[in-house]
Amino acid sequence: MKSLILSTCTRMLMPLILILSVFVFWRGHNEPGGGFIGGLLAATAFALVEKAEGLEAAKRALRFRPQSIAAFGLGCALVSGVWGGLQYGYFLKGVWPFITIDAEGNKHGLPFGSIFLFDLGVYFVVLGTVCGILFALEDVVSREADVEED
Amino acid sequence: MELLLAILAGSLVAAGSYLMMSGKTLPYLFGLTMISNAANLIIFASGRLTFGKPPLVPEHDKTIADVSNALPQALILTAIVIGFGLLVFALTLSYRSYYVLKTIEMDDMREAEPIAEGNS
Amino acid sequence: MGALAEGISVTTTQAGAGPWRLIPAAAAAAATLWFAGFVGPVSHGEIPEYVLPWVPMLGIDFAFRLDGLSLAFALLICGIGALVFLYAATYFRSDRRLGSLLLTLIAFAISMLGLTVADDAVTLFVFWEGTTVTSWLLVGFDHEREKSRAAALQALLVTGMGGLALLAGLLIMGGMAGTYRLSEMNAMGEMFRASGLYPLIFVLVMLGCFTKSAQWPFQFWLPGAMAAPTPVSAYLHSATMVKAGVYLMARLTPALGGTDLWIWTLVPVGAFTMILASVWAMRQTDLKLMLAFTTIMGLSVITMLLGVSTPEAAVAAMTFLLVHAFYKAGLFLSVGMIEKGAGSRQYPEVAGLAAAMPLTTTVIALAALSMAGAPPFFGFIGKEVIYEAAGHAPVLPLFVAGTALVANALMIGCAGMVAIRPFFFRPRRSPRDMPADPGWGLWLGPAILAALGLFCGLFPGTVDHALVAPMVHAVTGAESPAHLALWHGIGAPLILSLVTFALGGCLYLLLDPIRDRLAAAEPSLPRTEAWYDAALVGVAAIAGALTGALQNGRMTSYLRWTFLTLGALIWLALFVGHGTWPAFTLSREIMDWAIFVIIVVSIVMVLRTHSRLTAITALGGVGSGIAIIFVLYGAIDVAMTQLFVEILVVIFLAIAMVRLPPTGAMPFKVGNALVAAVLGLGVFVVQLSVLGTDLDLFMTVFFEQSSVPSALGHNIVNVILVDFRGFDTMGEISVVVIAGVASIAALRAGRRTLR
Repeated sequence: MKSLILSTCTRMLMPLILILSVFVFWRGHNEPGGGFIGGLLAATAFALVEKAEGLEAAKRALRFRPQSIAAFGLGCALVSGVWGGLQYGYFLKGVWPFITIDAEGNKHGLPFGSIFLFDLGVYFVVLGTVCGILFALEDVVSREADVEED
Repeated sequence: MELLLAILAGSLVAAGSYLMMSGKTLPYLFGLTMISNAANLIIFASGRLTFGKPPLVPEHDKTIADVSNALPQALILTAIVIGFGLLVFALTLSYRSYYVLKTIEMDDMREAEPIAEGNS
Repeated sequence: MGALAEGISVTTTQAGAGPWRLIPAAAAAAATLWFAGFVGPVSHGEIPEYVLPWVPMLGIDFAFRLDGLSLAFALLICGIGALVFLYAATYFRSDRRLGSLLLTLIAFAISMLGLTVADDAVTLFVFWEGTTVTSWLLVGFDHEREKSRAAALQALLVTGMGGLALLAGLLIMGGMAGTYRLSEMNAMGEMFRASGLYPLIFVLVMLGCFTKSAQWPFQFWLPGAMAAPTPVSAYLHSATMVKAGVYLMARLTPALGGTDLWIWTLVPVGAFTMILASVWAMRQTDLKLMLAFTTIMGLSVITMLLGVSTPEAAVAAMTFLLVHAFYKAGLFLSVGMIEKGAGSRQYPEVAGLAAAMPLTTTVIALAALSMAGAPPFFGFIGKEVIYEAAGHAPVLPLFVAGTALVANALMIGCAGMVAIRPFFFRPRRSPRDMPADPGWGLWLGPAILAALGLFCGLFPGTVDHALVAPMVHAVTGAESPAHLALWHGIGAPLILSLVTFALGGCLYLLLDPIRDRLAAAEPSLPRTEAWYDAALVGVAAIAGALTGALQNGRMTSYLRWTFLTLGALIWLALFVGHGTWPAFTLSREIMDWAIFVIIVVSIVMVLRTHSRLTAITALGGVGSGIAIIFVLYGAIDVAMTQLFVEILVVIFLAIAMVRLPPTGAMPFKVGNALVAAVLGLGVFVVQLSVLGTDLDLFMTVFFEQSSVPSALGHNIVNVILVDFRGFDTMGEISVVVIAGVASIAALRAGRRTLR
């Protein structure tokens, strides 16, 4: 049940939603947003593709196996924890190597560090898991529909 | 608003539990969702309500006070995601069980505890 | 231990075990020597202690203390243990289960040792249960036989129940004393005895002791436990496990002993069990079973003497404890020798073996003479001091002396039965054609034990000084009032001994008619075991009925019970707790009311609609309404999460729903609605009362103060998630991944079979 309108809109919307999700994720530490929300938003984008253009298209759009993405996310979170552990001796302690704080307590530099990596892990875990279940569900449902039709 | 939220939480729990007791898989999932929502509401309201002041520290400030309670928000945020995971798992299970057992009546799903001869 | 077990499992596959089988015996012998090194210091009043902190905040430690009583038990356990391990290694030489038997025996010995040297009530209890569990394994060693399993289970249940009661008693004592050290509790005897809780403590502790030491009405499990192999019976039922009960009575005598309740419970129960057990011993034809009954008799004698609560009785109890350990272990092992050598241990099946098995005959004769209390054996001294103690008994001295006399006379009959009947005065009979003495591994242990009975009788002063006096000191807290000697002069004890011999001789001569009478009367007599059986049946019936009612396999029933319990707990908390009800005014904001109405209408729609699509949409309405509440009250992150999740939920439900059949009409169920209403109303009221309490904002203020300075983030919610409570989030994303993996697995399971 492909719909031309939905399909066309999706092609335009999908990159926008993805960019929005990365943006929401990026600013999450200082403005509303973050890994959970960004990940859910990205998953919504792929769900949209899946509904509009089918399972195969969504799988192509995602490029990697969703389970691998989730595992990569969990790995990121673990690495960030170990990073803090190696640096300060506390697992998951925040490390900000590119930020310096001046005398007034204002910070300068790139907001990239172990906490950023951790949030990135959350992003990928949510994205990978939701997409994984979605694809598996759709896969099984469509196959069983075929079986019934036979 | 507190009173209204309390009424909402109570209604959600009542409706959710009623649906879960109905013994059919889909209403069961609806009920589960409602109870998850109720739990989130309860935690949120228990942290007290502050109208329209999100817990964001302004750009050049160090601290902030008298904004919404951030702690319950953090708790709920993860709870929503976990609740979603639980719901999806329950959904896949009920979907699967329908295809294996050919029923949506939960009382008829007796694989784990088959009706013993002589009793029950 | 693991490597040892591995080595054993490898070697046991071959017939005949290698020299490793002697390692346990050697280790136990070494331990015996190590403990023997303490005999000198302890007899001079030193008490070595060792403490390893365990749960310091509760005052529970691995505390060990080696006073006279503990030392004597440690020596018995290790010494007899060494002999039994040697015996078992020979007895089961070609049995591939030897490894597991030895390991279990070692575990048992360690538990028993820990029990007797522990100075901490909780440590003691842990080892106590250790003996219960390992003895269960040992009694059920022949687990292919149903009888063995039933006997093991019976022993486990009876002693396990007693163990639970004991734990309760010890905990009450610990709570009252403010310490779990037995030595400190024992110094507070006045306080315990004066307390109103004393009867409760007494009953609980005695339940533990009586079940373990097989006192009436719990005596029935011990003969059943004879299903165990002979070495196990010799170890568990002579020197060790069953003595744990009397050990604990002796150990706690300073704390709990000497009251009227103590005396009037222990003396009658001990005396009654003593007579009962020795009469039934006469009934048996299986020599091992007969020894089991005489073991109950031996334990009862000690129980009764501890009940008498005089220093003289303590001397008698401790002496008899040693006497009994030596001769009973020796006799059990000797009966095993008969069985190995002649092929049976049933009396009429084996007879006239003296010429064929001279060594066995000698060993049994020595042990049996000690059992019969013949001079100059240790048993004679044991009997003399019992009569001596009976004469000094503050209550019913005639009763104590009389019952002891009857029981001892019956013991003489039994000793004759085990030592004379299989060997003398009859033509040779045995299932085996050529009965012969077994090898050194089997006769060495019993021979040493029998010789010890003679040695201690000949040198009573040594035993008294080294063991008995320190034991008595530990029990009474005072110097031993009497000294053991073979010749006490002509007095009441000697006369009573002579009467005992005369009566015992008569009983032996009348053994066969007595046995026939008892066998005939047996079916019509009341048995406490029947109570146990009835209790088991009753428990099973109640459990069955309860399970049938609660675990009926109906999901709706489970849910109803769960929600009902939850609701009841909430209302209970409301009535018991101190709820405060704040004065709330209804909101005047039009926005609040609008959201409220949207959500309520959505709920009603989900409940009322027959269309799944409507229901899913309405569910989305509920979620979105809640998201708006979050936005209004400053939870923007939460609101965004809620909205995206709502979208995804609808997508997922829509995909799955297409394939599920329509739900169909749902009839209104009054019962379910009532349960739901009770629960919902409870949640409503609880929520109100929660809002009425003071909120501690300590954590919130901390996050507001330190989010930017220490975590460099301005969005406090996100900082909490990924930094302050990052470990939680770590767990949460792991749960999300697991839920995903489980869902995918559930979906893909059995997919191939569908094709």
